[in-house]
Amino acid sequence: MGVVEADMRAALDQPLLSVTGLTKRYGARIGCSDVSFDLFPGEVMGIVGESGSGKSTLLSCLAGHLVPDEGQVTYSGRDVLAMAETERRRLSRTEWAYVHQNPRDGLRMGVSAGGNVGERLMAVGARHYGEIRGAAADWLGRVEIAADRIDDRPSAFSGGMQQRLQIARNLVTGPRLVFMDEPTGGLDVSVQARLLDLLRGLVRDMGLSVIIVTHDLAVVRLLADRLMVMKGGRVVEQGLTDQVLDDPQDAYTQLLVSSVLQV
Amino acid sequence: MPMIEITNLSKTFTLHNQGGVVIPVMAGASLRIAAGECVGLTGQSGSGKSTLMRMVYGNYLTAGGSLVVAGVDVARASPREIIALRRSTLGYVSQFLRVVPRVATVDVVAEPLLQLGRPVGQARARAEELLSRLNIPQRLWSLSPTTFSGGEQQRVNIARGFAHAFPVLLLDEPTASLDAVNREVVLTLIEEAKARGAAILGIFHDEGARARVCDRLVDVTGFTPGLAA
Repeated sequence: MGVVEADMRAALDQPLLSVTGLTKRYGARIGCSDVSFDLFPGEVMGIVGESGSGKSTLLSCLAGHLVPDEGQVTYSGRDVLAMAETERRRLSRTEWAYVHQNPRDGLRMGVSAGGNVGERLMAVGARHYGEIRGAAADWLGRVEIAADRIDDRPSAFSGGMQQRLQIARNLVTGPRLVFMDEPTGGLDVSVQARLLDLLRGLVRDMGLSVIIVTHDLAVVRLLADRLMVMKGGRVVEQGLTDQVLDDPQDAYTQLLVSSVLQV
Repeated sequence: MPMIEITNLSKTFTLHNQGGVVIPVMAGASLRIAAGECVGLTGQSGSGKSTLMRMVYGNYLTAGGSLVVAGVDVARASPREIIALRRSTLGYVSQFLRVVPRVATVDVVAEPLLQLGRPVGQARARAEELLSRLNIPQRLWSLSPTTFSGGEQQRVNIARGFAHAFPVLLLDEPTASLDAVNREVVLTLIEEAKARGAAILGIFHDEGARARVCDRLVDVTGFTPGLAA
């Protein structure tokens, strides 16, 4: 084994994101409580639970959109919560990405599709117009948006296209960690399938680590390696995705899994 | 060294939403399978054949005992260790094909190789070779298998399971809905896998198939609490 390979192996054995005792309260109400997990490079972790279970609060705390009351978040050896705001912002423009459920929250609706993708590149210092436009065109192709739509605004796109554009905008800078909040919610089933296929390919080819929040068990089964089930702000069960879905141990998970209509 | 070594394995299901009933489904299961060996599980329906297979794959948790696959104790391994084991070492051909809709058949079959980081061209070539052998017409390769017949889906599933030369293979009724020609192809694939040293644990209701590929049979009724003779 060469030195470089040994270094790479050592890096893959270290968690990319390490969360310990994360707690967020809204006054007396619990947002999420005492959440701990490690996420390794290339892993996809799903978080499921009903509305109000704390899954979105947890995702927001991890992504730095909310400040937790207690706990620790370590990214690649760095203490995220102790980081200066400028450093955290730089991370979220470069190594992190956040895909919102509603593409309107993640896109600039008044800017062209190409501009939406190029803007994130410019935010990390790209200045050469031809190269930015070339990278934008390349990414529109990768998310299956026709090249002749590059100058159209996202408001002229369908919901599924907007979501794919949001993904292109997020991934153009080659992030390592992607947060996704119900990325297939609100889309037609056939459009969802296309998006799932796209996400799986990107995760595999780019070696992304992903935390995906959803209430759709079929989506996590196809996309996530590991699954965390939340209820009332707490993690009630976590494990290998198909193990949690096929042999759930917790009463709530059993109810959740058995309540899904079979098709 | 055995590739699968199961020692005193037990399993219970606790149904929290049905009065907390605890159902013991397996106790004292022990089994060893060496490289190049194929073991068939027998026993009546409901005796726990599929349950044991799912435990070996890490799909079901164990209540007690140990379950070592290629040096990894699946009963105690972290999700990450099981994912790595499944990627490189432990293959599973289930009875049902579960895929992302819209993905072309050839890509479904090539997926396990892409997961291992093989070049796309090489992975697709291997997928096409297997689809040809399993008599899936070429005009179907670019289509999603979700609309295929049961027998076609099963063959796609088998092609995917054999794409990578897994050292350990779990086969759940691999010849169940196949015609004579394709059954022969699958049995030959199993024989080839054994010849290259794969350890195989399978469920075969087809007695002819069982007689041909299995070196030993294990009746799981002996591991079923309340069913043991």
